[in-house]
Amino acid sequence: MSIAFVLVSALTIAGGLAAVLLKNLVHCALAVSVAFAGLAFLFLQLDAQFAGFAQILVYIGAVAILVVFAILLTRGAESPKGESVFSRAWQAGLAIAAAVFAVLGWAILQGAAELPANAATPQVTVNDIGHALMSRYVLPLEIVALLLTAALIGAVIVAMHEKERAK
Amino acid sequence: MATPLAGYLLVAALLFAIGLAGALTRRNAILVLIGIELMLNAANLNLIAFWRFGPHPEALTGFMFAIFSIAVAAAEAAVGLGLVVQIHRHARTTNVDEINRMKG
Repeated sequence: MSIAFVLVSALTIAGGLAAVLLKNLVHCALAVSVAFAGLAFLFLQLDAQFAGFAQILVYIGAVAILVVFAILLTRGAESPKGESVFSRAWQAGLAIAAAVFAVLGWAILQGAAELPANAATPQVTVNDIGHALMSRYVLPLEIVALLLTAALIGAVIVAMHEKERAK
Repeated sequence: MATPLAGYLLVAALLFAIGLAGALTRRNAILVLIGIELMLNAANLNLIAFWRFGPHPEALTGFMFAIFSIAVAAAEAAVGLGLVVQIHRHARTTNVDEINRMKG
């Protein structure tokens, strides 16, 4: 394993852990953007440059900002006094997550010997990606465009004030 | 030195477990959404890693799956956070333990 991979994955895992464990929600949003940035670097290490930059633009640029807006709009940054940030049934949730990780890790370690350790660098340019999106994947692209439009309108309608409807 | 596929898969599995733990144990609905985002990202890392180490990376299958998954995750985050803001307006709380009006 290369040193860059170890450092970046440690940063990503630390960001994810901090996002889940911290008390202040604004700190959680910052920690989760660190995790998103680490994942973008992992994508770059995997020679998926387009996916890495899309990850930075979409997750750090849009999703993290949306999360911060939602936290501030719901006054979630005010820490609850005296009560834990974790749910009453947190032991069950932790046990389920640990069991899922144990099963996944066991499966990966069992198959590690047969997984490829090395592969030739794929010669894929953004030009190829554009051609593929416009030919073979044009129907999914159009469906995603429709989905994003519907989600945009839906999010606005869901979050709209209801004063006009009451008249 | 190249990193083997198993390293990326282990990181993705750990990130998925962290996201799942966050979604299942936190009280605040926004943190539940953050946990779901972490799980989606772990799945994307798996897709890209399998694409990179697969026999035909020039076919771009796993790569495209990850790109579309990022787009769908963005839509999910927008609608989910809109719902959380609206629930806060109605119920004056974002604590998922207290939002139980539809409990049978």
